[in-house]
Amino acid sequence: MADAAIRIASRELELPMPLPLDGGQILDGVRVAYETYGVLNAEKSNAVVIFHALTGDQCVASPHPITGKPGWWLRMVGPGKPIDTDRLFVICANVLGGCYGSTGPASLASDGHPHAMRFPVITIRDMVRAQVGMLDALGIEQLHAVVGGSMGGMQALSFAANWPDRTRAVLVIASTARHSAQNIAFHEVGRQAIMADPKWAGGDYYGTGKGPENGLAVARMAAHITYLSEEGMHEKFGRKLQDRTEKTFGFDADFQVESYLRHQGLSFTDRFDANSYLYITRAMDYFDLAEEHGGRLADAFGASKARFCLVSFDTDWLYPTAESRTIAHALNAAGAPVSFVELSAPFGHDSFLLDVPALDRVIAGFLGQ
Amino acid sequence: MIPLRPDLALIAANVAPGSRVLDVGCGDGALMAVLRDQQQVDARGMELDARGVAECVAKGLPVMQGDADTDLADYPDAAFDYAILSQTLQTTKRPDLVLDELLRVGRKAFVSFPNFAHWKVRLSLLWNGRMPVTRLLPVAWYETPNIHHVTVRDFRELVLAKGYRVEGEWFLSGDRPTSAAAAAWRAEHAVFLLAR
Repeated sequence: MADAAIRIASRELELPMPLPLDGGQILDGVRVAYETYGVLNAEKSNAVVIFHALTGDQCVASPHPITGKPGWWLRMVGPGKPIDTDRLFVICANVLGGCYGSTGPASLASDGHPHAMRFPVITIRDMVRAQVGMLDALGIEQLHAVVGGSMGGMQALSFAANWPDRTRAVLVIASTARHSAQNIAFHEVGRQAIMADPKWAGGDYYGTGKGPENGLAVARMAAHITYLSEEGMHEKFGRKLQDRTEKTFGFDADFQVESYLRHQGLSFTDRFDANSYLYITRAMDYFDLAEEHGGRLADAFGASKARFCLVSFDTDWLYPTAESRTIAHALNAAGAPVSFVELSAPFGHDSFLLDVPALDRVIAGFLGQ
Repeated sequence: MIPLRPDLALIAANVAPGSRVLDVGCGDGALMAVLRDQQQVDARGMELDARGVAECVAKGLPVMQGDADTDLADYPDAAFDYAILSQTLQTTKRPDLVLDELLRVGRKAFVSFPNFAHWKVRLSLLWNGRMPVTRLLPVAWYETPNIHHVTVRDFRELVLAKGYRVEGEWFLSGDRPTSAAAAAWRAEHAVFLLAR
């Protein structure tokens, strides 16, 4: 029952200042929903921000508000765990553009109707800017560390590059400093699936009771493939048939892998807003940290005094090891203290969420300093 | 605290406090930790084995997973006061090029290696006609990572041919120092400090 001992709090705040966006617009009254675990010390020096991934949420180690499933990083965050809440005050906020309480396309605009596609296109830096606003509101000047996997890693990098004095350590897992053509291509498949669904209705489906569930499910199916490894998929499903002994010579989900993906797609629509999916994937596609800093990645980190640790997984083909290595080299060139390690794990990109004991050791060791 | 391996202790004793060091093939970071904790050295590492890197990260040491043969190219010229390569030279594909890289990224380089001309090695070859399996070379020829065995004389010759300067040399026999005069056959282990 160790988990019951975590001090968990679900909070929400409204940023007192308007939020300027990279796209040129300014958002007023931005709300940030966040969870905290553990206790902030008197010096406010033990705070760690965890940035969540594309379809993640702030419930790192608390039950999911819709599905009731355990927190997505419960194995990593808690008393005595690698991100130790006995010692650290852990904060995780829903990203700007999200659908778990922070301002996003489903939130109401000043005219009382949801923003929908009137919501401005946002960037990874905008997401971080909103969370820096949250830290300002909490009076936390400097973090012990920022931590993130996948899109969370992009936010951690953006935080380090743009607010270099505000963290002492940066841990980036299975991530990248820029979205590749292949990354953008997969996201575009997902967005087109959503927008091709007639129920998307130009994004104005709120309040109708029926959103573009088919489109969103297909988007999730395509994306989910990129989170797994070929080897992992083969091991889990092979060519095994689903609840049948013969092929049906039809288009039912004959294969287990089809059934699995359909389930993943459908269950995703219960917990995610299609417009949020459009906006967040767009933000990821726009991410290019070097471009933001004159084209040279090392220059992004020139002002940073933080320690860095980069972790990749050998079976991750979404953000392969070479991407982490590129970041590590840039940090080396900038003279930053950086560690980089490629861990062996069979689960592809999703390895950062799953049982990889070597990752636990690296995280515990890095944050323990 | 576990005492350092003798060749590492020798290197640690000769690294100037407060300097910048790259330990290539740093293993679990034992040398780096001593340099950092006792000599205020800014120590960075490179290690091929992921478990070694994880150990280092757990000690708070900045270590890049990488290969001495290929990944030194990513460091700028003269980024370090010292580059250290301990017991790794003989495992590289091109020791001569690795040596060049060490002395490009470091102003000076410590290189340590097991001496293949130690008398036990010579005897094993002479009497048995077989590749030696000794304390410092404990693995049979077919599975040893040591693909470029080297002797003290070979190494001196390479350094001379490259035009590098020997600034220091130390020889170990059974973990004790032995004289340079008889090093060619009595040293089990050699440590050189080189400069451009």
